[in-house]
Amino acid sequence: MITHKAKRVEITIEAIMQSRLTDAMKAAGVTGYTVLPVFGGSGKSGEWNRSGQVSRASGMVQVVCIIKPERLDGLLESAFSVVERHIGVVSVQDCDVLRAERF
Amino acid sequence: MDQLFSLAAENLISPIILSFALGVAASLARSDLSIPEAVAKGMSIYLLFAIGFKGGVSVADHGIDGKLGMALLAGIILSALLPLIAFALLKVMTGMSRLDAAAVAAHYGSISIVTFVAGTSVLDSQGIGAEGYMVAVAAAMEAPAILSALWLVARGGGSGSKGMDGTLIREIMLNGSIVLLVGSFFIGMATGPKGLAEISSFIVSPFKGVLCLFLLDMGLVAGRGLREGGKILTPGVLLFGVVMPLVGAIIGLGSGLLLGLSTGGVALLMMLSASASYIAVPAAMRVALPEANPSLYLTLSLGITFPFNLTLGLPLYVAMAQALTGGSP
Repeated sequence: MITHKAKRVEITIEAIMQSRLTDAMKAAGVTGYTVLPVFGGSGKSGEWNRSGQVSRASGMVQVVCIIKPERLDGLLESAFSVVERHIGVVSVQDCDVLRAERF
Repeated sequence: MDQLFSLAAENLISPIILSFALGVAASLARSDLSIPEAVAKGMSIYLLFAIGFKGGVSVADHGIDGKLGMALLAGIILSALLPLIAFALLKVMTGMSRLDAAAVAAHYGSISIVTFVAGTSVLDSQGIGAEGYMVAVAAAMEAPAILSALWLVARGGGSGSKGMDGTLIREIMLNGSIVLLVGSFFIGMATGPKGLAEISSFIVSPFKGVLCLFLLDMGLVAGRGLREGGKILTPGVLLFGVVMPLVGAIIGLGSGLLLGLSTGGVALLMMLSASASYIAVPAAMRVALPEANPSLYLTLSLGITFPFNLTLGLPLYVAMAQALTGGSP
């Protein structure tokens, strides 16, 4: 089976920033992404848990997308302009995909 | 004074307050008791729909008087002015930075809809009626405080503020709570007592039971906030969380009396002015002032001011409104 090199970008961010981030990603040419719920965690801003949150103000989500390596810089620049001053983590991993034309 | 104490004691041993106390105690004791997120969301939708609908029915039943416009205007002015007072108090009482103080101040200009719901329940249990349009006043008081807070930051140089963009304004104005509250208010107004009779077995009878469970959840959240945010509560910050609702209530009392509202209406305006937001404003602050400390404003509004209002504030505000309007249950 032939595989193709790609980049997997994982952005964990405050739930209230989700639509702003995905809008920026679309503007950077990202054609697909997945939004995952985050159940809880701990970081520089303290410990938190999804259960019992009264609003989306303190919840987090994770946005995952897989793109061609040459589009990585454009995506990171767009994403950074949104997440720069907010709580969250951005990470990039190498990965392999089967259908390169989809990314 | 005796009446005030008996009212406070009666309020403290009500199922609503005891459910909240159970939540706080369970959370502080690190129990694994929790209300699933979807259930809590469902209960809040139910409570907002019921309170909005009943307010609309009351307006349909008694008609709209000329005070409606004035009450709405007063609500907007109160919401815009209270953050300025809160900000000044915070600067005097605590060593908070301008950014944190402005973010906290925004919460005290806006309102807690759960305090309002609990307040209407206290008034109902004492047979005190209120203007149905106070629901609309509550909705009108949600947003202006956010603008005042952003102005306070901009006035100090604007460092730390991302300002308001179109998306944020839309998110604030079309916040789910506001849409549901105002929407159900208009449904209640359009269908009137006949509409209420059709669904009363759903929105009247179970109301207090659902409120108990919702406040159990709020107690769990408040207890968790106190446990985790306790270390940021300096004596000055703690004192502010109790003094500011009293200041807000007194300003609400004066405004209610000037407007000529009923005893229940004055009490509700006091509760709205005394309460602090923990739904709409925290979300707006995370977007507009991301560098302000969320632990500070969430712990203060949810861990200190909300329990204070729920246990001691509500009976106090009702007693003050009764004493000054000459109203009785």
